[in-house]
Amino acid sequence: MALLEVKDLKVRVEEREILHGLTLTVNEGEVHAIMGPNGSGKSTLSHVIAGKPGYEVTDGQILFRGEDLLEMSPDERAAKGVFLAFQYPVEIPGVTTMNFLRTALNAQRKARGESELMVPDFLKKVREVSKSLNIPQDMLKRGVNVGFSGGEKKRNEVLQMALFEPSLCILDEMDSGLDIDALRIAADGVNALRSPKRAMVVITHYQRLLNYIVPDVVHVMSKGRVVKSGGKDLALELEASGYAQFEDAA
Amino acid sequence: MNVAVVKTGGGRAVSDLFASAEGRLPGSPGVAAVRREAFETYERLGLPHRRIEEWKYTDLRALVGEVLPLAVSPDAAAMKRAAEAVKTHAIAGARKLVLVDGVFAADLSDVKALASEVSLMTLRETLDKDAGLLKTESTDAVIALNAAMATDGVVLSIADGAHLSAPIQVIHVATASSASSFSRSQLVVGKGVRATIVESFIAAGAKAYQVNDAVIVTVGDGADLAHIRLMDDAPDAVNVTSHFVTVGANVKLNFFNMTTGAAVSRLQGFIRLAGEGSELSANGVNLLQKTEHGDTTLVVDHAVPNCVSRETFRAVIDDRAHSVFQGRIIVRPDAQKTDGKMMTRALLLSDEAEADNKPELEIFADDVSCGHGATAGALDESLLFYLKARGLPEKQAQALLIQAFVGEAIEQIADDQLREHVIGIAERWLERRS
Repeated sequence: MALLEVKDLKVRVEEREILHGLTLTVNEGEVHAIMGPNGSGKSTLSHVIAGKPGYEVTDGQILFRGEDLLEMSPDERAAKGVFLAFQYPVEIPGVTTMNFLRTALNAQRKARGESELMVPDFLKKVREVSKSLNIPQDMLKRGVNVGFSGGEKKRNEVLQMALFEPSLCILDEMDSGLDIDALRIAADGVNALRSPKRAMVVITHYQRLLNYIVPDVVHVMSKGRVVKSGGKDLALELEASGYAQFEDAA
Repeated sequence: MNVAVVKTGGGRAVSDLFASAEGRLPGSPGVAAVRREAFETYERLGLPHRRIEEWKYTDLRALVGEVLPLAVSPDAAAMKRAAEAVKTHAIAGARKLVLVDGVFAADLSDVKALASEVSLMTLRETLDKDAGLLKTESTDAVIALNAAMATDGVVLSIADGAHLSAPIQVIHVATASSASSFSRSQLVVGKGVRATIVESFIAAGAKAYQVNDAVIVTVGDGADLAHIRLMDDAPDAVNVTSHFVTVGANVKLNFFNMTTGAAVSRLQGFIRLAGEGSELSANGVNLLQKTEHGDTTLVVDHAVPNCVSRETFRAVIDDRAHSVFQGRIIVRPDAQKTDGKMMTRALLLSDEAEADNKPELEIFADDVSCGHGATAGALDESLLFYLKARGLPEKQAQALLIQAFVGEAIEQIADDQLREHVIGIAERWLERRS
């Protein structure tokens, strides 16, 4: 069974249809890249998978290990192992990163019927992962993402990914707003999480990110559909020729 | 007039409320005359209503209607309930002083454990001598009513230079349903004192009761006082409390008020900065639900130069509840170099929730820095979605954001233990909600 199956998905925002019948299958262990011009519906797809309000699914299905994802609330999806790394992670003043991480992890564990993680084990794990991501300990004591640089915010997303151990990671424009060094640190963090049990969907406008996170499959989206799929070379081809050809084809 | 009134033939109204209580009110004959005069003032004014500017948002005539009869003395069963309630709400290590239905209960209080620098009398005892504590300059009807009816209170005096290691917790327990209690207390803080005073209002099985409390505080030069008030009266109770605070020079006063109970409540604090170089931090949180009405009104009067005042107020309002914050900063002509700031924010959890913020600056000096800000809004949907996408169910995500919101006021409490205690109260309120 595929980990994620998106079948003929049609999505509206207010009165406008954004996705016009999108189909995508992702298996465990695979890394898929979704590329496409602005407005092609890439972020909409990631939001609908995560359960963000404001999107109306008019047709089609999203199955996660065969279960209907659209029937689940966002927190249920998270507990099942769906993780969206946000393009713009929000700032939450007054909630320390540490408190947030522990609360979220324990909420997921509770939803799965698992016991709460003991504090010493949790702290040890956070320390290990944050060290590997070059996240200073004092950042964890501050409000979630408050005063963080763009790179720090993205690393904080990767930190969560490492702690929550989701089976599907969707990275929405992880490269936006990052310089090359920040991108490399974040990408290294992501690569460390690649595993035969985990799939990733990397959404990006630019090929650049895919130099660091090398995908197994590349999809090109245009005007709310996947218009072409191929191997990692497809990304390079796009870099050379641009999206114009697909915009015409769609 | 909304009090129960008996009209005599001559047309002069004699209220049942006072007439039926008068025989039970403590004090010398001189005190009785002061009470009668105060009651006449109250009768003339009646309960405050919306046409009185200070009470515009808290129309007691409409919200409360009538003042209930004075509570009778609690019986043994009521005292037992009170003892249980005190146990639940006592702060670990604090020296408890307990008032049951407005009357000091020595048996429930830690009188002997008070530090040697603390002297304690009851209002009752002072009224045997004179009526001094019943006199206030205010022309407010609820304060006049309090002077007329006050049955008891604690009169605390902390000697100059005392550093109290344990907080003093004054606990007001209500055991009598459908009755009123009237208390009036005094706190005299000596020069250079370091102390923490907590006031708690709780119910022990009582329903639909009314509390009218007044506290007169003077803070001596160089003192460092934390004054924390936690009002968690029964959901159908009424609590109207008035504070009169006079602050000396070079004082650090940290005041915090939390409202988590009562159908109708108002805390009105009149804080006068009367000595130079003092710093006032006055903060509060209202957590309101159902049809609760909670009003926090603070008047900070900068009477002398070179004082700093900071006010941080947060309201969380659910269902059809109504929160009021009125903050007035007065800067007298001489009070140059005053630095006064006030920020109030309301979080509306339902479409029918209501917040009224009324900041006022009255500045008569020309070299001052004063400011205020007020906001009201709902929980940020993008923050909620982020938390839900990380696995927090809706109510838990809301709770985390609400805690963060009120945290900005609660974190002003310097003492770790008390701050945790207050956070615990907020957490329990959030649990009640979900």
